Amino acid sequence: MQPLLASDTDVAPERGYLRNRVLLVLVLIALAGGFGLSFLTHAPNRLISGRPVAWSAILADGRFLCLLPGLALLIGPFLRQIRTNHILIALIGAAFAALLFWLAGDAASRLADPASTSARTSFGGAFWVIEAITALAIADALQRAGFGPATRIGISLILVVPIALVLVSGSADQLSIMKEYATRRDVFGAAVVTHIQIVAMTLVPTLLIGVPLGILAFRRPSLRGPLFAVLNIIQTIPSIALFGLLIAPLAGLVATFPVLSQFGISGIGVAPAVIALTLYSLLPIVRNTSAGLEQVPGAVIDAASGMGLTPSQIFRSVEIPLALPVFLAGLRVTIVQAVGLTAVAALIGAGGLGAIIFQGLGSSALDLVLLGVVPLIALAVIVDASLKLVISILKGRAA
Amino acid sequence: MIDFEHVGKTYGGWQAIEDLSLSIAEGEFCVLIGPSGSGKTTTLKMINRLIEHDSGRILFAGAEIRSFKPEELRRRMGYAIQSIGLFPHWTVEENIGTVPSLLKWPKAKIRDRVTELLELLNLDPAQYRDRYPHHLSGGQQQRIGVARALAADPDVLLMDEPFGALDPVTRDTLQLEMLRIHKASGKTIVLVTHDIDEAIRLGSRIVILDGGRIVQSGSPRDILARPANDFVSDFVGREDIGIKLLSIETVSSRVRRDGSASGEPIAATATLRNALSTLVARGVDSLPVADSDGSPLGAIHLADLVGPHP
Ligand SMILES: Nc1ncnc2c1ncn2[C@@H]1O[C@H](COP(=O)(O)OP(=O)(O)OP(=O)(O)O)[C@@H](O)[C@H]1O
Ligand SMILES: [Mg+2]
Repeated sequence: MQPLLASDTDVAPERGYLRNRVLLVLVLIALAGGFGLSFLTHAPNRLISGRPVAWSAILADGRFLCLLPGLALLIGPFLRQIRTNHILIALIGAAFAALLFWLAGDAASRLADPASTSARTSFGGAFWVIEAITALAIADALQRAGFGPATRIGISLILVVPIALVLVSGSADQLSIMKEYATRRDVFGAAVVTHIQIVAMTLVPTLLIGVPLGILAFRRPSLRGPLFAVLNIIQTIPSIALFGLLIAPLAGLVATFPVLSQFGISGIGVAPAVIALTLYSLLPIVRNTSAGLEQVPGAVIDAASGMGLTPSQIFRSVEIPLALPVFLAGLRVTIVQAVGLTAVAALIGAGGLGAIIFQGLGSSALDLVLLGVVPLIALAVIVDASLKLVISILKGRAA
Repeated sequence: MIDFEHVGKTYGGWQAIEDLSLSIAEGEFCVLIGPSGSGKTTTLKMINRLIEHDSGRILFAGAEIRSFKPEELRRRMGYAIQSIGLFPHWTVEENIGTVPSLLKWPKAKIRDRVTELLELLNLDPAQYRDRYPHHLSGGQQQRIGVARALAADPDVLLMDEPFGALDPVTRDTLQLEMLRIHKASGKTIVLVTHDIDEAIRLGSRIVILDGGRIVQSGSPRDILARPANDFVSDFVGREDIGIKLLSIETVSSRVRRDGSASGEPIAATATLRNALSTLVARGVDSLPVADSDGSPLGAIHLADLVGPHP
């Protein structure tokens, strides 16, 4: 099988000594961020806003050596654009990201007051800027290395190992976000589970309704206009409004048929969340089901029926497999969107990571917000990457 | 094998095919030709019921085609089209094996059949059987399309401009292969084209359509020597008719067994058109003729080319 992206030749070569403009720009932004913003902030307790921690304190006693990989990244833009160098940049980037994390955790431990647990050491702007830039540099390097999606995911998994090690070793435990985690370990776990459950519960009705609707839209082109108009309108309703709109009718329904409440249905909570999320999810599923079937070449169908396949055989062995990649692309959008929208559903009591985020917002605890947002992003990235992988495998077979 | 009796077809009140009667004998290579929109594809697709006719009768092996289930009818007729329509998610082997699998042939038999067909169409089975269509050239894909149509050894082969999208060299090779396959298998073939040279080369019978009606039907020689009307003369290319007549006869039919000439011999199987071209190119008025194993057969003279046509 050919790789999906051709190797080095794919990215336009840059002339002269400067060979990777993107990386150079990234590195310069990181440098500016490092000088202009604070890396960590420290506050004796949550109520007082933090004060920047000086770089000299963070890098004391030879810890500045941790910045060496960052210097190596500075050389990156001038390296020859070959696969080995791209992998090197990715590995150095991963090490650098982990070392910064360790530096932050280490500084937090040294600042920690053994007598009081209320002290807070939080990430500052420089930390976020440099980490984000490093992540982009890694992504850029993997892109340029020209691996197929499967290899790229494999390498990404290796690249998160250093950060995971820092996390597991406990060196980061004195950071504010980890303290928030420590005090909410159970709530956090439950929130992640609830979050995934809501997304999964949304998928069932979405697929049960969306796929048949998509097939119907494909078979009856006259239906497409009105159907997509309705689904598009739903899509434009702000999520908070839609969640709110469902409270009254559902509460009314339960009041009329009290038996429904035995199934966990009520005006607030998971039921309205799942209904609203399903409504949002229908558009990408219906659209991509229909579009996937439409792009099956007419000649293939003509040949198939000319050879004596029955309509149902054509549907099963030709139309479904050929529509699958487009359908899965829709499923990917749907799930990623649902992961994000589920956070908002916490407002009507559905729970999930959104509950942690809103609690953090309510109490101005930025680290608590982060504790909800970081796994949310991770969840979306994982879903996105795995479905992309499946799609690329299917396409690689039958492009 | 296939009989049209006063067949008509209308599309939304518009008469696409009108009172079409045509009888295609078993083993015939029948070429349907005509300008765009003349109803060639419609006629072809009515045979395997991809399009249903709405008046008259169509018989297949003596029975009305409506007495068959469409799928059963189609599985007995190979079908190949210009855009090929290979299944992109299936390998070459799976593509060729489509109808045999539908007919529930045992796996081993399908495999053997695929090998046989790939060899028949000059593709190395070991190299090609597990490939996906997008790893094949246009000519190779069309070969697979033809192999797939032949797979279940159908009684009839229906082909709609199968070589239309190919370059001249590939088209030429595939035409020769079709002739070879036709000769070897004795199958009834109905082929649609808009290329008169292809029709003359392949057809044992040419049916010229215009506006949904048959204008003339007959052997290539009939059509060229006695065009029914101006439309046919124009269609076959008024000015080239002589040259085209030369292209349907071989040197062997006009060779002087006792003659002799000098120079590189021409093959007895070459067309008279080739002979004329060689004569003109060499600036001579006679050529030695050799048979397939190279032994001298006689000579052919420029004057022999213009004799009366049988
Ligand atoms: N499904 C259809 N609905 C309406 N009209 C049609 C349909 N299919 C074909 N026609 C019309 O019937 C006529 C004959 O069409 P057909 O496809 O048989 O022509 P053809 O000889 O194969 O032409 P070409 O050489 O362009 O392929 C054309 O005028 C075409 O526009
Ligand atoms: Mg046609």
